[in-house]
Amino acid sequence: MAETAGAARTARRPRREGRLWPAHLVLSLGAVVTVFPLLWELLTSFKTFGESTRVPPTIWPEQWEWSNYAKVFSAVPFDQQFLNTLLMTVARTGAQLVLCSMAAYAFARIRFPGRGPLFLAFLAVLMVPGELFLLPQYQIMQNLGWLDSLQALVVPGMFSAFGTFLLRQFFLGLPEELEEAARLDGANPFTVYWRIALPLARPGLLALGILTFLWSWNDLMWPLVVNTDPEKVPLSVGLASLQGAHLTEYPVLMAGALLATLPVIVVFMLMQRHFIQGIAFSGMKG
Amino acid sequence: MSSDVTADAAPGTGAPAPGRPSGTGVPAGAAAAATAPGGLDPAALRRRERRFRYRDKWWGYALIAPAGLGLAVFYLWPVVQTLYYSFTEWGAFGGTEWIGLTNYRTLVGDPEFWQALGNTVVYTALVLLGIPLAMVLAVLLNVKGMRGTGIYRTLYFLPVVTMPAAVAVVWRWLYNGDVGILNQALSAIGIDGTFWVSDPTTVRFAIAAIGVWMTVGYNMILLLAGLQGIPQDYYEAASLDGAGRVRQFFSLTLPLLSPTLFFTTVLSVIQSLQVFDLVYLILGANTQAGLTNPAYAEGQTVVMLFFQKSFFDNQRGYGAAIVCVLFVLIMALTAIQFRLQKRWVHYG
Repeated sequence: MAETAGAARTARRPRREGRLWPAHLVLSLGAVVTVFPLLWELLTSFKTFGESTRVPPTIWPEQWEWSNYAKVFSAVPFDQQFLNTLLMTVARTGAQLVLCSMAAYAFARIRFPGRGPLFLAFLAVLMVPGELFLLPQYQIMQNLGWLDSLQALVVPGMFSAFGTFLLRQFFLGLPEELEEAARLDGANPFTVYWRIALPLARPGLLALGILTFLWSWNDLMWPLVVNTDPEKVPLSVGLASLQGAHLTEYPVLMAGALLATLPVIVVFMLMQRHFIQGIAFSGMKG
Repeated sequence: MSSDVTADAAPGTGAPAPGRPSGTGVPAGAAAAATAPGGLDPAALRRRERRFRYRDKWWGYALIAPAGLGLAVFYLWPVVQTLYYSFTEWGAFGGTEWIGLTNYRTLVGDPEFWQALGNTVVYTALVLLGIPLAMVLAVLLNVKGMRGTGIYRTLYFLPVVTMPAAVAVVWRWLYNGDVGILNQALSAIGIDGTFWVSDPTTVRFAIAAIGVWMTVGYNMILLLAGLQGIPQDYYEAASLDGAGRVRQFFSLTLPLLSPTLFFTTVLSVIQSLQVFDLVYLILGANTQAGLTNPAYAEGQTVVMLFFQKSFFDNQRGYGAAIVCVLFVLIMALTAIQFRLQKRWVHYG
């Protein structure tokens, strides 16, 4: 039986290999369509304004206009906005990793009265569309006098029901024996969580970290609501306003857009396996 | 224990337990007693265990407190507040006044709301068309002996990670009526293109096309993960039974993939109904500069309308009513999909 199956497979292989080219054709056509806009953005960012509007268009820039990239910095406080985005992203991601994993560990491993209802409350947050939080969150920031500040960008994004849920699933999938042993040796639950469970949950933390990084970096609506000072907004908002102010300078706009999104693309390229696993594992976005 | 049950019953917005055993509901004490180390008798262990439990209780609350308080203050309570606001009118100098259902009545008679809702539904329906597309790509990537899958995956995923502002900038340029490359390509084959995102007849389709472009890689990854979960020997058995590729796809792949397909569809609907960034950046980024897009009304989505009313027109009560209606709509559509899934989703 095994032999015949093996024979059938080897007999079939040449035919199969031959049949792969239509698949490649479709996939590469799709890939070209997918990548073209981004490639076009890159090429346009190096053209002079005159060249960018030429009919018929040039594909390759005739003369590489690096100054478009310099102009971005004079059009908006790009370096400050970059810093804002970076701080917002790092602070949110760091806080979520700590706070979510703590709560997640408690939900997964510690039994206490009210655990079920509390977890349900976390889940309830998960089900509500983000816009429903916006108005009251804005009120809170206003009352605290935090409008146009870095903490306004960071604080609400430090807490995540999704992150807690994701990590709880992860902790539940880990073997309990090590933790049990440590408990019997007298370690308290926090020590067990910090020393034993957390290192084992690295893949889960990585997935959450990557997703939070991506969402925070690209987040637009919340920063748009709380911060208006060009010195206090992140890149996503800065770019939106650049679009309004420098309507015609498309190559400069493209340069700014690429600079703003470059860090995410670099991180994605470096960690794509984790990125894709994270997405597939969580099956969630936004 | 009860929390484990509720987790698995989590509705569509929550990620369903992704193939992980969530039911480690066996009391930890039992497991420990069974493997009693150090020659302690089980009864003594259990007593010790119970003592842990009692003290553990406070650790449980302490570990949950930071995240729990944050979520309560910034998320849970705001939902209640938003609901309350939807029954109030916002005074010019702060302060709210209870006006009952007035906001909802205004909403029902507001053509701008219906237009925005219609636009959002059209966008959602068009973006759903991207799922069959993602499915084709995922199936092709999953073909046995396929090479270069890593490269394809990377390329298709690029639009997913790109900042929406960067996406909007380039697509507005591609769609430009005078010098956009789309119209230049079309004119080469004798078609006279329009200003795609400022023409009321084309704006929705032009934006939805970007929506598909942005989500296809994401859906593809989800579907590919689903496909890879189908055991290869099913296909070998099927082909030994003489089933061809097409037959295999319809009687094997499709039913086995239906849970993933269902999940992908539910997520797509939830996310598309809340679309804001992309459409705002395509249409609305210039409004503050005093420029209005002639197709603004035909492109505006529900969340954009909420944003406009709440933060520019200072009609927060009305804005709150808009998002409350959107929430109900999302819940209803999700519930309907869960109902309908019995007809087409197969759980092995």
